[in-house]
Amino acid sequence: MKPTNTQDPEYYHKVVDCQYACPAHTPVPEYIRLIAAEKYTEAYMVNWESNVFPGILGRTCDRPCEPACRRVRVEEEPVAICRLKRVAADNKGDVRQHMPQGPFPSNGKRIALIGGGPASLTVARDLAPLGYEIHLFDEQIAGGGMMRSQIPSFRLPEKVLNEEVNYILDLGIHTQFLTYVDSLKEIIAKDYDAVFVGTGAPRGRDLPNLPGRKEADAFVHIGIEWLASVAFEHTQSISKKVIVLGGGNTAMDCCRTSRRLGGKEVKVVVRSPFSDMKASPWEKEDAIHEDIQIFDNHVPLSFEVKNGKLIGMMFQKVKAVYDAKGKRQLLPTGEPDAFIEADEVLIAIGQENTFPWIERNLGLDFDQWGMPVVDRTTFQSTHPKVFFGGDAAFGPENVITAVAHGHQAAVSMHLYCEGKDLKKRPSPYTNLISQKMGIHEWSYDSPVTIDQRFVVPQARKSITLKDRKKEVELGFDVPTAFKEAQRCLNCDVQTVFTENRCIECDACMDVCPTSCITFTTNAEEPELREKLLVPALNTQQDLLVSAELKTGRVMVKDEDVCLHCGLCAERCPTSAWDMQKYFYSVTKAHSL
Amino acid sequence: MSYIKPLFRHPKLPKNKIGYTLKEYEGSLSTLCAGCGHDSISAAIVQACFEMSVEPHHVAKISGIGCSSKTPTYFLGNSHGFNSVHGRMPSIATGASMANKDMVYFGVSGDGDTASIGMGQFVHVIRRNLNMVYIVMNNGCYGLTKGQDSATADQGSKSKAGSINPFQAIDLASLAIELGASFVAQSFSGDKQQLVPLIKAAMHHKGFAFLNVISPCVTFNNNPGSTKSYDYVRQHMQTVSTLDFVPESKQITASYDPGKSTRVALHDGSLIQLNKLATDWNPENRISVVNALQEARIRNEILTGLLYVNTEWKDLHGTLNTADKPLNTYSEKELCPGAKKLEEINRAYR
Ligand SMILES: Cc1cc2nc3c(=O)[nH]c(=O)nc-3n(C[C@H](O)[C@H](O)[C@H](O)COP(=O)(O)OP(=O)(O)OC[C@H]3O[C@@H](n4cnc5c(N)ncnc54)[C@H](O)[C@@H]3O)c2cc1C
Ligand SMILES: Cc1ncc(C[n+]2csc(CCOP(=O)(O)OP(=O)(O)O)c2C)c(N)n1
Ligand code: SF4
Ligand code: SF4
Ligand code: SF4
Ligand SMILES: [Mg+2]
Repeated sequence: MKPTNTQDPEYYHKVVDCQYACPAHTPVPEYIRLIAAEKYTEAYMVNWESNVFPGILGRTCDRPCEPACRRVRVEEEPVAICRLKRVAADNKGDVRQHMPQGPFPSNGKRIALIGGGPASLTVARDLAPLGYEIHLFDEQIAGGGMMRSQIPSFRLPEKVLNEEVNYILDLGIHTQFLTYVDSLKEIIAKDYDAVFVGTGAPRGRDLPNLPGRKEADAFVHIGIEWLASVAFEHTQSISKKVIVLGGGNTAMDCCRTSRRLGGKEVKVVVRSPFSDMKASPWEKEDAIHEDIQIFDNHVPLSFEVKNGKLIGMMFQKVKAVYDAKGKRQLLPTGEPDAFIEADEVLIAIGQENTFPWIERNLGLDFDQWGMPVVDRTTFQSTHPKVFFGGDAAFGPENVITAVAHGHQAAVSMHLYCEGKDLKKRPSPYTNLISQKMGIHEWSYDSPVTIDQRFVVPQARKSITLKDRKKEVELGFDVPTAFKEAQRCLNCDVQTVFTENRCIECDACMDVCPTSCITFTTNAEEPELREKLLVPALNTQQDLLVSAELKTGRVMVKDEDVCLHCGLCAERCPTSAWDMQKYFYSVTKAHSL
Repeated sequence: MSYIKPLFRHPKLPKNKIGYTLKEYEGSLSTLCAGCGHDSISAAIVQACFEMSVEPHHVAKISGIGCSSKTPTYFLGNSHGFNSVHGRMPSIATGASMANKDMVYFGVSGDGDTASIGMGQFVHVIRRNLNMVYIVMNNGCYGLTKGQDSATADQGSKSKAGSINPFQAIDLASLAIELGASFVAQSFSGDKQQLVPLIKAAMHHKGFAFLNVISPCVTFNNNPGSTKSYDYVRQHMQTVSTLDFVPESKQITASYDPGKSTRVALHDGSLIQLNKLATDWNPENRISVVNALQEARIRNEILTGLLYVNTEWKDLHGTLNTADKPLNTYSEKELCPGAKKLEEINRAYR
């Protein structure tokens, strides 16, 4: 193998598994250390810079970082990255003073944002300090998009949402709420320098052709519409027996909300097997804890109506069969169809994009599925002035993805307004600095704890089920947060190897607790992976390969299960190894 | 603080025949200087014991005084250990072996511990062909007492402070062969590929197995001009043979060319296959080995590999014709047959 090019900013970035997996590349270990040091304000700001909504995400993020966490590979359970973020938000001091302070001198350019969800708000935050005049349109009464209309208050209190939305709106954004944009043409005609579409994926799927659907209509609701009407207090109650169709996040929020509005027997009925449900494991756990029954492998057949009232639904029982390629088929088991009683049904089987308000003659292309044609890097549509992001760009995702899109779209819009090439993306900000303080002293806590993941305490069910606004999770207290933070392996503190210092004494190889380091003769990657002390079979993880050493061997380090304990550097007599903290931050429009 | 060894190990760490991973053979974290050759030898011992699937409690480590003699703390933490007096490891090992002949004995010593204060004991333990592995971690200096020249420092070798050693070096391998050691090998701490199979073979040899392992002292004797530095040893190492150790249970698969290789059967049925790199030497002939060592000295070379092996000489237990069962397994009843028996014995002398 060729020597690893550690000058490539992505090499060390990839070692920080959680940060790499985070769509917005939040410097996770950096903020976790700050939490351990009780520097909550600083921890909050590290988050705010990257993901804009630390308090919201610390409660609701889909957490793609956690399955990626190195701890999963060395132990089992990831660091509670997401819930630690909440600790920063809960305990922070005055953060406003660290945020950009308006009013900002105008740069004479105007921008329209359509939709007020996390994608648009991120664009607003990144562009406002540059002096853009920003107009934000949303049909709802306030900003936040689906974070307001969909995510229930028992998961995300309105206070937290308002606070973080307002940090952005207070940067001098011109908001026009309760304004549905019904023509993109008209917006473009208003001579904005650039337009951002962050209108989400607002249509919930229905089952229009299922027998009995029309007759049962008064008792059947589309999940996301129903959640919005609960959030905006148009709906205050639900019947005792409720069926929720679907197995994703929306279904989980629908069933749990039903329990709070009077639903006594709430049943989630889903086509797929339990383990294949789209909802996260913790969402399923929370639902089950609230006495919700989940019926898997049930395909809806019909709505059953008697005397003009819904009495329940018929389902076919199926089982999942997987072919050689892992593709799933649901085949009938042959058992008799099942009847499940219900007074009301919530359909939560997915969302779709819809753009009835965008004229199709603007030079803005749509594909065969009715989705706008959007560049995956620049977020520009085929109309050069119009950019997309969030769920509107490529279909429903989640808040953190919307934020990540927003950052990139903002960069593009700024480059566009400056007349620059959108394809020349700014390189990330990086910094690599030694952590050595002295003999056996590093400026990070290098010892590795064996503590298992701590559980976030919850309020009692008898309280939370009575009040749909009562937050269920209580968050970590400070001592537990400290212990959880200490579980982080500091993956951003990199093992940096300088070959011309190495005297090949093997000390690092001998001391490494997880057998990461091998000195051996070079070979092509597949062969080299096989001949390491412990073969490096996880090809998702890179090998750090040195240039040829004096004896003709190379140093090969498998990044897979390195604990970042620093013992290699500690045992190295010549400091050929050093522990250096790598800070990586996606460059945002406001720092261009 | 980084001086705490994490408890996590590689989740895919291989297991040996008795279900243990390397972890079960490790000791506590070394407190020797970073980069000390002794730590590499410790790691080689761990590796060899793991690969041989020895039960850790069937091993005893015995040492004298010195950085080298401290190492038993840093390997085989689940085995028995005795850190004795300077130069007196052989007596303790002899006593232990007399009491329990069924253990694997690792004697760990330094060049100071062996070639200076312990020379008398060293000579006699060889003479007796005690069944043990005797490892000298040879750095040419007294590391623990700040690096004074030892008796194995080569004449003309330069110390860190700049002084030149005026005395002849004691060549421990030649001496061991001369005194009748039945297994003599030399190696280098920085060459585990060679060292691990040597340790495995030494553990299986019934009799005194001597390993003289050059082990640089990074702190006091790794300077230019020293003949025990990493660089010097790497440049002057001459490997006489590569060695495959084939345990009794394993099929022999490696090809065998009698012109270039030699097979030596050990007492327990396992086999050493030596692939000779140097031709003018026969590992079963003392005279040829002594010659080879002398010639290497003239060429400023350090011969490494298994130099000499003899499987015919009886070990100490064989010579003394001790009981088959280890002494420590006999109960008081068997060991003290009573006044009547004593009376009988005494009568025989009258
Ligand atoms: C029930 C449910 C629960 C969810 N839970 C989570 C969760 O826990 N964690 C998570 O990360 N994600 C969750 N999501 C997904 C998440 O809410 C979205 O992915 C995210 O909000 C998308 O952000 P966005 O900026 O693209 O658009 P949205 O948040 O969808 O905002 C779009 C906004 O545009 C407005 N709008 C649309 N069209 C127009 C128009 N023509 N004129 C004016 N305004 C318009 C809408 O009213 C809306 O306010 C959930 C989704 C649902 C449905
Ligand atoms: C009876 C006695 N004499 C002297 C000493 C001082 N002393 C301690 S270690 C040592 C030399 C050790 O040298 P070596 O065996 O080569 O070990 P190294 O530290 O080099 O590994 C000496 C002389 C002692 N501890 N005990
Ligand atoms: S251990 Fe810490 S730095 Fe490493 S992946 Fe997990 S959270 Fe991130
Ligand atoms: S930091 Fe060094 S010693 Fe520790 S696990 Fe990683 S490679 Fe091994
Ligand atoms: S003084 Fe020399 S022999 Fe002793 S631990 Fe340090 S390097 Fe090793
Ligand atoms: Mg010494």
